[in-house]
Amino acid sequence: MPNHTIADILRGLEAKTFSSEEITQQYLDAIAKHDSNYNSFITVTAEQALTQARAADTARQNGSAGALCGVPIAHKDIFCTEGVRTSCASKMLDNFIAPYNATVVDRLANAGVVTLGKTNLDEFAMGSSNETSFYGAVRNPWNTDCVPGGSSGGSAAAIAAGLAPAATGTDTGGSIRQPAALCGLTGLKPTYGRVSRYGMIAFASSLDQGGPMAKTAEDNALLLQAMAGFDHRDSTSMDLAVPDYRAGLNKDLSGLKIGVPKEYFSEGLDPEIASAIEASLDEYRKMGAEIKSISLPHTHLAVPCYYIIAPAEASANLSRFDGVRYGYRCENPKDLDDLYTRTRAEGFGEEVKRRILIGTYALSSGFYDAYYRKAQQIRRLIKQDFDEAFKTVDIIAGPTTPNPAFALGEKVSDPVTMYLEDIYTIAVNLAGLPAISLPAGFTKGKPIGLQLIGRDFDETTLLAAAHQYQQRSDWHQQAAPGSV
Amino acid sequence: MEWEVVIGLEIHVQLTTKSKIFSGSSTAFGADANTQASAVDLAMPGTLPVLNEQAVKKAILFGLAIDADICRDSVFDRKNYFYPDLPKGYQTTQMDFPIVGAGIVEITLSDGSTRSVRVHHAHLEEDAGKSLHEDYQGMSGIDLNRAGTPLIEIVSEPDMRSAEEAVAYLRKIHSIVTYLGISDGDMSQGSLRCDANVSIRPKGQEEYGTRAELKNINSFRFVERAIKTEVLRQIELIEDGGKVRQETRLYDSDKNETRPMRSKEEANDYRYFPCPDLLPVHVEQSLINELMAQMPELPDAKRQRFETEFGLSAYDAALLTGERPVADYFEAVASSAGDAKLAANWVNGELSASLNRENLSITASPVTAEQLGGLIQRIRDNSISGKIAKQVFDALWNQEGDSADAIIDNKGLKQVSDSGAIGAMVDEVLAANPEQVEQFRGADEGKRKKMLGFFVGQIMKASKGQANPGVINSLLNEKLGG
Repeated sequence: MPNHTIADILRGLEAKTFSSEEITQQYLDAIAKHDSNYNSFITVTAEQALTQARAADTARQNGSAGALCGVPIAHKDIFCTEGVRTSCASKMLDNFIAPYNATVVDRLANAGVVTLGKTNLDEFAMGSSNETSFYGAVRNPWNTDCVPGGSSGGSAAAIAAGLAPAATGTDTGGSIRQPAALCGLTGLKPTYGRVSRYGMIAFASSLDQGGPMAKTAEDNALLLQAMAGFDHRDSTSMDLAVPDYRAGLNKDLSGLKIGVPKEYFSEGLDPEIASAIEASLDEYRKMGAEIKSISLPHTHLAVPCYYIIAPAEASANLSRFDGVRYGYRCENPKDLDDLYTRTRAEGFGEEVKRRILIGTYALSSGFYDAYYRKAQQIRRLIKQDFDEAFKTVDIIAGPTTPNPAFALGEKVSDPVTMYLEDIYTIAVNLAGLPAISLPAGFTKGKPIGLQLIGRDFDETTLLAAAHQYQQRSDWHQQAAPGSV
Repeated sequence: MEWEVVIGLEIHVQLTTKSKIFSGSSTAFGADANTQASAVDLAMPGTLPVLNEQAVKKAILFGLAIDADICRDSVFDRKNYFYPDLPKGYQTTQMDFPIVGAGIVEITLSDGSTRSVRVHHAHLEEDAGKSLHEDYQGMSGIDLNRAGTPLIEIVSEPDMRSAEEAVAYLRKIHSIVTYLGISDGDMSQGSLRCDANVSIRPKGQEEYGTRAELKNINSFRFVERAIKTEVLRQIELIEDGGKVRQETRLYDSDKNETRPMRSKEEANDYRYFPCPDLLPVHVEQSLINELMAQMPELPDAKRQRFETEFGLSAYDAALLTGERPVADYFEAVASSAGDAKLAANWVNGELSASLNRENLSITASPVTAEQLGGLIQRIRDNSISGKIAKQVFDALWNQEGDSADAIIDNKGLKQVSDSGAIGAMVDEVLAANPEQVEQFRGADEGKRKKMLGFFVGQIMKASKGQANPGVINSLLNEKLGG
């Protein structure tokens, strides 16, 4: 079982080497036995998983198997799951049981997946280290003194530890790619509008996008296939045909033009990461790609721009958590103001409150033009940088993060340093583009992530570029020391 | 000092879509609390709004009806504030790019003069739920059935100069939206609600005075009373050396006074910003053309047509076209009766009086347009007199028969025109009143006319009102003249 990919599991299920029930039970046993080391799950749905697995085995026998029939995966606990607690790692929703499934959950269920449980995350997906969870920090299986990254840190740690072969994640400023990089995984943030946001608890609506996390690009292709596509319940999802991603994995990449932004190799980048990225680019040269130096001149504005727009949207998105209809409510409120202030003061953690305050301030009368409107203008400039670049290159490559996994507690008290960990990932969300992070080496025993950024709705090229690199490298096949 | 009153109205109109503006829940009024609130209406985590196309079309229809520019790319914004009946903690509305731009509404005042009131813009937004403060012993209940009901908010320029003008404008908006069929316009159910911005200034001064916003005025009558009350308050205040404060005031119809709302409730910074869950609403010219083609006849056009086509007086035409159901009813009566003037008299007279007496709307009239038309036909062909017609109308009102003809038959009310039968009655009356006959014969022409009425009355009485007055007159003249 260690290092099983979805593709491996599907082969095993098809060959009847094992049943879905057997493999599901193995993962549930592994979670029960080892997750105390990582804290990657908030909720394990063992009974439901076994029921689903048995149904999947029957479906497979009857020849009515969906594309992912019987494959166990985990969902980031930001996706609503009918009848199962959806906490968003917040005290605010510790008691919240959604009466509906997120579209992503429904679509994966229709493809036949078995849900092992709900994975840990930074509270309301606000964080880059998975230390802001109400349910405690998650540990990185490569080095349990280190963070797994965030916000999809639980999903990343679970996969890296061998507690799930794959999981869903969400990415608002790097929340799929950064933990994938820090945990030695492959994770894809699809183009904004490719995957429905319905039932995915909103952090920053214009930036949030759900996507897959797994060990390989091939598994990402299999998961994205099931997740992607127009949803009439999400007005921002695009009514575009979804290509066959797995078929596209072997698309001919000779002559592929890869742009390397000079701004991504400036100060602050760990030199070992820089050389690992250079080495991976050499590999692409050998594969027939053309490497070009490009410039994304507004790169330095991405983090400040993001930290206006994302908190502004979040400040409104999180207003619904008011103690009136569901979720946490303070004890014995003496009046309406008391109900609001204490519910929110007690229900939200520090980082969430910090962002609500930043966003509220940025939208306030008298500050709107200086902050929110200015940030929207910068956002357009950032998008234009990419539009310009994609006139001459097909994809853009660089490091996913400036540093490898850092120690638990190291940055939690210094939010700005923490925010800068997302310096290479954030611009992609502001521009709405697809991007993938894949393993490209190690530094001091910690994984390094290579980020590939694509044109709007061209996930196919990213998956193909990642897959073909993985045919020539084995970084993605390395197992974390403590993994099952 | 002579003061000039300046009034602007903000009118909220609920649109008659089957489902809510951003969810599939029903908008029907009066269901059990929270039975028409879906996960989206409850603002459950992760739910998203999807715009109801019908609401957009209805808003555009309104814009076209007031000759306004239609914004081709309007934008929804979030207006942030906390209140328990506002589930998301923000209202989805339109701020910088409303769907309907500047337009114009013509109003007619009671003296027949007309004025134009400019509409600044009209925007689409969602209604909030309701807070229920009774029945919960110190707690408040929340009913979210109304949350998400589509509204257009119609914002006028400060163009009105009296309470009467404000009411005329409100009535005109009511008339337009009900003609368009985009709202039921029922103020008692909150389908149409009005806030009034009221200020005063010395006559001749160009600069506006400080305005107070009167909230939540829920009938035409209260709009007039609330504005008049507020104007008096402001005049007294200023003449006593005080200053009007810019504030929101509630009109209390029981006490007929306005009073400030708690200042806390208005100290809001709504932090508007574009809603990232909704794309800008792009309107194609083809949709505008399509809606233009569906545009029904509007009140002004109908009033003119009633005057020219039916020869009605301006007064009658205005009364009949104020509300579309009345106009529709009238046209049905006129076409079945074959006489528009008689139809107008009956609708504006007997029918309207009866409806008012029992506080019924014309759509709930116990007498159908066809029944009233049938009644008028019998008047026109002299089957019954005007007096009998009122009896027949009352019988129809009380559901004593299916048609005027049935009632006339059953009650034997048909007018008698047979000169033999009437002649016998004339003879009887003359024989019974020899003194009067004697006096008549000795009187001059002028007196005779008056006295003739006595004999006609007696004969009518004898015929139970059914004798044809024309026949009576000619027989009387014949027999008395001899």
